Amino acid sequence: MADPVLRLAGIRKTYGRGETASEVLHGIDLRLEPGEFAALIGPSGSGKSTLLNLIGLLDRPSAGQLSIGGEATGGLDDAGLTRLRGRHIGFVFQHHHLIPAFSARENVALPLLVARGRPDAAMFARADALLERVGLADRRHQPADRLSGGQQQRVAIARALAMQPALVLADEPTGNLDTRSADAVFGLLREVNREAGTSFLIVTHDPRLARRCDRIVELVDGRIVADAPNRPD
Amino acid sequence: MRPWMPFELIAALRFLREGRTQSVLIVVGVGVGVAVIVFMSALLSGLQSNLVRRTLSSQAHVVLLPPEEVARPQGDPARAALHLQRQAQRLRSIDQWQPLRDRLQTWPEIAAVSPVASGPAFAIRGDANKAVTLLGIDPERYDRVIPLAGRLNAGELRVGSGEAVIGIELARELGAGVGDKLRLTTAAGAAETLTVSGLFDLGNKGVNARNVYVGLRTAQTLLDLAGGVSSIDLALHDLDRAEEVARRIAAGTGLTADSWIRTNAQFVTALTSQRVSSNVIRFFIALSVAFGIASVLVVSVIQRRREIGILRAMGATQAQMRRIFLLQGAIVGLLGSLLGSALAWSFLAGWRLLARDGAGSPLFAIDVEPALVGIAAGGAGLVGILAAVLPARRAARLDPVEAIRG
Repeated sequence: MADPVLRLAGIRKTYGRGETASEVLHGIDLRLEPGEFAALIGPSGSGKSTLLNLIGLLDRPSAGQLSIGGEATGGLDDAGLTRLRGRHIGFVFQHHHLIPAFSARENVALPLLVARGRPDAAMFARADALLERVGLADRRHQPADRLSGGQQQRVAIARALAMQPALVLADEPTGNLDTRSADAVFGLLREVNREAGTSFLIVTHDPRLARRCDRIVELVDGRIVADAPNRPD
Repeated sequence: MRPWMPFELIAALRFLREGRTQSVLIVVGVGVGVAVIVFMSALLSGLQSNLVRRTLSSQAHVVLLPPEEVARPQGDPARAALHLQRQAQRLRSIDQWQPLRDRLQTWPEIAAVSPVASGPAFAIRGDANKAVTLLGIDPERYDRVIPLAGRLNAGELRVGSGEAVIGIELARELGAGVGDKLRLTTAAGAAETLTVSGLFDLGNKGVNARNVYVGLRTAQTLLDLAGGVSSIDLALHDLDRAEEVARRIAAGTGLTADSWIRTNAQFVTALTSQRVSSNVIRFFIALSVAFGIASVLVVSVIQRRREIGILRAMGATQAQMRRIFLLQGAIVGLLGSLLGSALAWSFLAGWRLLARDGAGSPLFAIDVEPALVGIAAGGAGLVGILAAVLPARRAARLDPVEAIRG
C-alpha cells in the first residue's frame, strides 16, 4: 500500500513553559490517504488551527511523530521543513492572502518561482492553465487586490495547486465568502480532488460544508473525539 | 518579470514599488546625503588641489642640496674639545652634478630635472638697492619644474648673457621695466650689469620681490661657482610621493633632499586635518543615511508580516526572505546615490556660476569625477546592505504562524 499523505502519531503541542505551560493538543493520531477529502471540525479553541499549522510544517509539535508523504519531519531543520512544505503542501487560507504587489497570474506562479529561483515560460503556462481551471483566465493580469473576495480565493486555490502538492490544507476557505461564492469555491476544491487525486484537509465550522466531505474528523479540547467516513449528499 | 531576474530581486523591486511613498522618501533622503558627500568631496579636492598648485607655483617638488658640512676634529674624539663649533655652510657646488642630472632624468617618477646655481646678491638701480636671490637656470629645464614662461607679465623668458628676468614686485621697487638695466653685486664683490628681458608674476609677493633669474653661466660667475650648481630642482609626476622619492635620492647620493611636503610641513598638516575632518563629516552622513534606510525597512518588515508569512508558507526559505530585504537596502542605496550624484552635479554647476572672481573667471576648478560617482554608488549600495542586515534578519526570523494570523 502507498505511503499515507499524512501520518500523525501521539502529537502534542504545549505553549509556554513551567507553571504557565498549557497543552493544546493531547496526543493526536491521524492518517490521511492519497485522494482523501476530509473535514476537520470542532468548536473554537479546540486546537484545529494549531493542528493545521503543525501539519503544514509552519510550527513544530512538542511531542510525537509527523510524516508527510512518508518522510519523517522530526529531524529536519527549518530549511528542510521549508523545502518539504514547498513541495508537498498547498495552503488555502481563510483571508485569501494573495500578495497584492503581484498580479493574479504571478501569485499563482509564485510557489514555482520560489522553488526554481528564476521565472520561466513554463511556470506562467502552468499558472495560466490553473487560472483557466478556476475560471479566471481573463483576470490573470489584474493586481491581486483588485479582485473580489471569491475571485481572490479562487486564485489562492490555483496557487495552492501550482506545485501539484499531494496535500492541500484549507483553513476556513469559504469563511469570508457569501453563500454563492462559498459554494463555487467548495465545488472547485471537490473537482480538483476528483480530477487530480489531491488530498484535502479542510478546517471548517460550517456543518453544511463538512457534510459534503468524505470524512469528518472532530476535534474537541485538543482530542479527536470522532473520526468517521461520511457519505456526501 | 524578466527571465534573468532572481525571485529575490523581483520581490524586492515589487515591494519597493508597492510602498511607493516610503520608497521615494527614503531614496530622496539617501540622495540628499550622497549629494552632500559628493559635493563636499569635489569642493574639497578642488580647493586643495588649487591650494597645492598655488603653493607649488614657485617651488620645486624636491630640491637637492649638497650635504651639510660637518666639523670633524682630528685626533682622538674622546679628548676633543667638549664644545664643538658648528661649521658655517659655504655656498658649494653639488659634486658630479651632470651625471647625476642625467641619471635622475631616467627615473620614471621624475618628470623634470633642473640644475640651479643660486645665491644672495644685491640688485642696484639708481639709488635703489634690494637684496635678492640670484638664480642661474637653464630656462627650458627650469620651465618644466616651475612654469615661468606662462607667468610672464611682460617681455619673454630669455636669460642669455647680460639678461635677467625679474619679478613684478622687484621691478616696481627698482622702477625698472623690460629693456631697463640693473646692476647685480654679490657680497664677495663680483658685479655685472644686466638688461631686464622679462617680468614674471608667480602669485607670491615674496618671490616676486626676491627672485632674479639669469643664465646658469652668469650666476656661476657671480657666485664664484665655476661650472657648478648649488641645487637641483625636481618635478615629479605624483606630488604625494615627493617625500618617498626625496628619501630615496638622499639615501642613494648622500645629498640633502627636501621635498615640498617637508618644506611646507604646516601647510600639509593643515590640508591633512581638513581631509580628516571632512572624512568625519562624511562618516556621520553615511551613518545617518544608514539609520534612515534601516528604519524604513524595519517598518516595512512589520507592514509586510503577512506577505512574509505567505511566502514562507509557499516554501520561501529564511535565506530567501533575508536576501529580499538586503536587496531592498541595496536598491535604495543605489538609487539614492544616483539621485545624489545628479543633485551634486547641479549644485556644482550652480557653484561654478556663482563662485567667480572680479574678472568673471571661476575661482577654482571643481568637477565631479566619474570615479567619485562610482564610489558613491558602491558605497551607498554597501551602506544600504549593511543597514538592511537587522531588518532582513527580523524578516527571516518571523514566525510564519504569527505572521499569517497577524
